[in-house]
Amino acid sequence: MSTGTLFDKVWNMHKVATLPSGMDQLFIGLHLIHEVTTPQAFASLRERNQRVLFPNRTFATMDHIVPTDSTQRPFADPQAELMASTLEKNTADFGIQLFDFKSGKQGIVHMIGPELGLTQPGMTIACGDSHTSTHGAFGSLAFGIGTTEVRNVLETQTLALSRLKVRRIVVNGALQPGVYPKDVILKIIAELGVKGGLGYAYEYAGDVFDTMSMEGRMTVCNMSIEGGARIGYVNPDQTTFNYLKDRLHSPKDMEKAISYWSDIRSNADAAYDDELIIDGSAIEPMVTWGINPGQSVPVSSNLPKCSELQHPQSAKDAYAFMGFSENQPAQSIPIDVAFIGSCTNGRLSDLREAASIVKGKKIHPKVQAMVVPGSQRVMAQAESEGLHHIFTEAGFQWRNAGCSMCLAMNPDKLTGNQVCASSSNRNFIGRQGSPNGRTLLMSPSMVAAAAIAGHVVDVRKEIGHE
Amino acid sequence: MNNLAVSSLKGHVVPIPGIDIDTDQIVPARFLKHITFDKMGEYLFYDARFTNDTVNHDHPLNQPEYANASIMLVEHNFGCGSSREHAPQAIMRAGFKAIVGESFAEIFSGNCKALGIVTVTLPRHTIQQLFQHVAAFPNSAFSIDVEASTLAVDGLPDPFAITQKDTHKKAFLNGTWDELTLLKSNRDKITELAKQLPYLDW
Repeated sequence: MSTGTLFDKVWNMHKVATLPSGMDQLFIGLHLIHEVTTPQAFASLRERNQRVLFPNRTFATMDHIVPTDSTQRPFADPQAELMASTLEKNTADFGIQLFDFKSGKQGIVHMIGPELGLTQPGMTIACGDSHTSTHGAFGSLAFGIGTTEVRNVLETQTLALSRLKVRRIVVNGALQPGVYPKDVILKIIAELGVKGGLGYAYEYAGDVFDTMSMEGRMTVCNMSIEGGARIGYVNPDQTTFNYLKDRLHSPKDMEKAISYWSDIRSNADAAYDDELIIDGSAIEPMVTWGINPGQSVPVSSNLPKCSELQHPQSAKDAYAFMGFSENQPAQSIPIDVAFIGSCTNGRLSDLREAASIVKGKKIHPKVQAMVVPGSQRVMAQAESEGLHHIFTEAGFQWRNAGCSMCLAMNPDKLTGNQVCASSSNRNFIGRQGSPNGRTLLMSPSMVAAAAIAGHVVDVRKEIGHE
Repeated sequence: MNNLAVSSLKGHVVPIPGIDIDTDQIVPARFLKHITFDKMGEYLFYDARFTNDTVNHDHPLNQPEYANASIMLVEHNFGCGSSREHAPQAIMRAGFKAIVGESFAEIFSGNCKALGIVTVTLPRHTIQQLFQHVAAFPNSAFSIDVEASTLAVDGLPDPFAITQKDTHKKAFLNGTWDELTLLKSNRDKITELAKQLPYLDW
């Protein structure tokens, strides 16, 4: 069992009791909610005439069902409109703050928590969305929950949880130019597999994380769940503290806060349940070719042979669905759609990197391309830098903030068996809205380069580092 | 122990082959735009069971021999992906009480427990043996003994040892798989702990 890690310290500090089952009852310091996974939880409170125990520790926004072409109400889709109006009623009735379109603070729930300074080190954070692991970038224990658990948090501000083991993943060295945090996490998932993290929290450490920006750390932690780990985190450091300075909900007494945040870092002599060491300088830009995020290759290679993989049948199923061939060069795969956005890669740094690739160029005539900022704030910042002009002049659509084409709950969807170069997090069958649509996961810069070329390309060529 | 306790259960079995079956396959996201879970049972594995709303008769859930099943037999990393409770809600509302598999995604198995769906795991070779057995004898029932941690299969001589998360096993045996009442009973401790946290009002 791990000892002396951030996980152990934050877990113990939030432990209310041990339940008869042996599960721990943990206090949840921050609860984030959105329109899709909460209506049934509020309905349950209403049925039993219960109230929210700590309404000021829950914050709401809308993201999944939001149309990105127009935020005009009522939404064209009556189901989406009902979800939105239900969240508005629930938050108003139960005294919960909602960051709606008019606030200028709406966005994907995992974007706005950090932006507003709500997400802080040493907190327990829960949200009815598996990508809640994103917030671990700040050194919090952040994880996705189901709707019954959302009800439990609303009503008791606690959850019953089984303790996880802790695996430290050390990535040393320096990333090559053209290699981004997205490539780091795709590489980690390729190494450990999509179920490698079952039962674990991942602690990310080493040179690469020490020098990584907060936005990059969020990208990596975001996809912990794609490797099976419900929680992923980075120990807080000066980069974290700098990010949190002067945000809306940041502590007024930063000195006191930094003292707490420093105390909860993993000790130098902490004990881990497992450790993996990766050479960061050897990581290449990665691209997925299959139907789970572990089925990826370095962009310079050919697609793998099924017989050489751990799960040959799964690979055969993936090839059958994707229509690709063993040994085909990754860079030969043509694309139809390019999507830059999502809680994984919809941040300002992502848009800046992608814009630097497309500047002065045009997208391939047969490609449809869209950029969807992750939040209204990212959108405003990007526009103040003129990034939207760079994208639209190249032929990209510039949209309003939301989850968009990451998942099939709003009008942004693939059609037929389109192939989409996507900066999102899941390449599951049907994920992008067409039952036979195909998704290739990659960094936003790789998506931008693919949009211009019309097929998968090595972004290192575009930036003169091959 | 209370009337929600689950110490054993028995039922017919439907095999759902495939590894890494994610929650988008269990309930496609377009069906999540409901503010209740009432209809989720209808959407279980929708895109695998139907093509353009035409029934795919090859899918086990569409085959008459498995129509009475209340236990699902699956492979590994079942329920990976989204935390959406819509997936176990669909499984529960379609009449399933337990899932037997090689492994389950973390959030999914927790969501199942919260709804009273028992998830148990067995080694890969045993799971493969069970798939073969169920294919040959679709009517054979499984008996899960939560307390003894065994799975008995009609037509097979010896029961198999099953693995359950210890905390889940205890919660089923003492009927506290929906923890709300227990959590609420610690109200004073919750308030006390909140006072000790440094960050709630800074």
